[in-house]
Amino acid sequence: MLSLTGIHTFYGHVEALRGVDLQVEPGRIVTLIGANGAGKSTLLMTICGSPAARRGRILLEGEDITRLPTFEIMRRGLAHAPEGRRIFPRMSVLENLQMGAITTDASHFNADLERVFALFPILQKRQSQRGGTLSGGEQQMLAIGRALMSRPRLLLLDEPSLGLAPLVVKQIFDVIREINEQQKVTVFLVEQNAYHALRLAHHGYVMVNGKITLSGTGRELLANAEVRSAYLEGGH
Amino acid sequence: MAVQTQTLPKPLDLAPVFKEAALAGLLTLALTVGLVGIRTIEAPGGLSFDTRFDDVAWAVVIVFLGRFALALTRAGRPLPALIGSAAVAAALTFLLLIGEGDPHGVLPFDDPIVSWIVVICAVGLAIRAAVVLGSVEAGSSKAADREQVMDRIAAQFQYATRWFGPLFAAFAIALPFLPFGDRQMVDLATLVLTYIMLGWGLNIVVGLAGLLDLGYVAFYAMGAYSYAMFATEFGFSFWLCLPIAGMLAASLGALLGFPVLRLRGDYLAIVTLGFGEMIRIILTNWWWFTGGPNGIGSIPRPTFFGLPFDRTPEEGAQAFHTFFGLEYESIHRVVFLYYLILVLALITNFFTLRVRRLPVGRAWEALREDEIACRALGINPTNTKLTAFAIGAMFAGFAGSFFATRQGFVSPESFTFIESAIILAIVVLGGMGSQVGVVLAALLLIGLPEFFRELETYRMLAFGAGMVLIMIWRPRGLLAHRDPTITLHHGAAAKAHR
Repeated sequence: MLSLTGIHTFYGHVEALRGVDLQVEPGRIVTLIGANGAGKSTLLMTICGSPAARRGRILLEGEDITRLPTFEIMRRGLAHAPEGRRIFPRMSVLENLQMGAITTDASHFNADLERVFALFPILQKRQSQRGGTLSGGEQQMLAIGRALMSRPRLLLLDEPSLGLAPLVVKQIFDVIREINEQQKVTVFLVEQNAYHALRLAHHGYVMVNGKITLSGTGRELLANAEVRSAYLEGGH
Repeated sequence: MAVQTQTLPKPLDLAPVFKEAALAGLLTLALTVGLVGIRTIEAPGGLSFDTRFDDVAWAVVIVFLGRFALALTRAGRPLPALIGSAAVAAALTFLLLIGEGDPHGVLPFDDPIVSWIVVICAVGLAIRAAVVLGSVEAGSSKAADREQVMDRIAAQFQYATRWFGPLFAAFAIALPFLPFGDRQMVDLATLVLTYIMLGWGLNIVVGLAGLLDLGYVAFYAMGAYSYAMFATEFGFSFWLCLPIAGMLAASLGALLGFPVLRLRGDYLAIVTLGFGEMIRIILTNWWWFTGGPNGIGSIPRPTFFGLPFDRTPEEGAQAFHTFFGLEYESIHRVVFLYYLILVLALITNFFTLRVRRLPVGRAWEALREDEIACRALGINPTNTKLTAFAIGAMFAGFAGSFFATRQGFVSPESFTFIESAIILAIVVLGGMGSQVGVVLAALLLIGLPEFFRELETYRMLAFGAGMVLIMIWRPRGLLAHRDPTITLHHGAAAKAHR
């Protein structure tokens, strides 16, 4: 589905990603965990082409997307729920969802809308409310819903649990599983909440200082002593 | 207990009230001592100066007293402020009315208009004190409550415009035939409509797409000069020149847009400001092409589908009044120009309302909200911004053509930065993105000062006061509320995606 080989990304002279190799197999949930500043979000943004990788190759379903501008990449079956949700605060929930479908054929808009409302019933209730007036959890649901409106085959999620109450986090992770299992959308999830992410994911990667240091199935990583001490100590 | 604390006001500490009023007085002194106190006058053999320190003293005293009354009101003692300011207002009014023939009477200022402004301010203070007095007795009212009330009024007004909109339009259509629709009124309405149209055009760029354009006048100038040149050089008719001018302005917009639209916010504002000035300077200096500072004169007036509004048409040709068998009246042309700009403005409005429901219009609004999110949704930001810029420019081009045909003369002087600033002020004060807000702001900023043209030098004071009042009462613009462009009824998704 998505394959990254030897990705190097720079912010000016600072090397944020130092040769990342990563595979996302179709139909799976793959997660990338790591500490603050490890380069997780940069990796997602590099996949989306902004900033573009200086070296290396990104293939999406066999096509090289490394040098494409962001909006071109996003029209190739990829959707991104960016860090900080980035919903449109002055637009209504419905308009936000409509923006998600802006590049797709209008004929299946209604069906897609019903699908999103089925996943997040609260959005249906809030549909005419402004995006900016939603709670944090609802905004995250809206961000995911908006991403789904473009009918992606691959969904990129950047820290969907950030700043949310544990109960809401659980709800969101349940929905991510549902999106993957029932709607057959491949999910690439970047998370700091390693416990939840690894329990959900089929496969996981650990990133430290712009490099992948470990990879394995979710279960393996959960059991791994290194992972446990670095990311799971003290909780759960 | 609670009742007691309300009925017995806490002891008043006069020191901070005095301090506040004294500070305001000092500030007035600092501001006026140079600007008002000293005036240069022409004297034999050069410039000399004259002092007016009595005016400065009066200004300081008046500001001190006004601020004192305001501070007292705020400190919970509105009654003395009410009595004081009402007394001042009454006394001044009395003096003004009896002292009509003697401007050098006991009044503080020579010019009665300045005294009238003082009266208006005193009345304002008295009203404010009375409101506070009323609300202290009835309960308490806070600034936040007032804000909410204003918001509700604005939202209701905006809702009501759905019904009033057609009424407004009907009123505008009927205006020339109403009893007060004389030549001066229709001329003024034409001017206001020109600015409404420019405001609606710029609203696409600033209000919807969120691109701060300080050089909008460049496209207005482009439209005016294209019309002037095509009409005088090639004899093209107005209706042929109009689309050409719009297209040329739109191309100029796209041309300027390409390099500058990668910039954001302040940087974009600076570059567009520069471009606006550049166009004006080019028009001034490219004399053999544009006529330089002399401009282009004797631009053909528009015709009513080929019928000119001339008193004596050329041999064998017909004029408007002969064709319709009317007496010649010069107001025919004025009314025709009025209807012309009304139609052009309404077209701009309908276009904007329509396009807001289309994907490209939504993309403009989304771009204003969050550019990064837009990219993540597959929107090409450059193209989207460019269309907004070019379409906004196109409407400025149309308005420019109208300007040229109305004036019959264009010169670079009509396209200075102040024009851009006024149009931008109309959009911002109206509430960014609000179509009705633009109308209100244009009426307030253009109509009101023109209406007070008799006040001459003080006309711009009305402009400034309008701006200040809007910024105090509606800091986000008169009608800042934004209605969603789609709704679902009872969960039926049927009408959602039109």
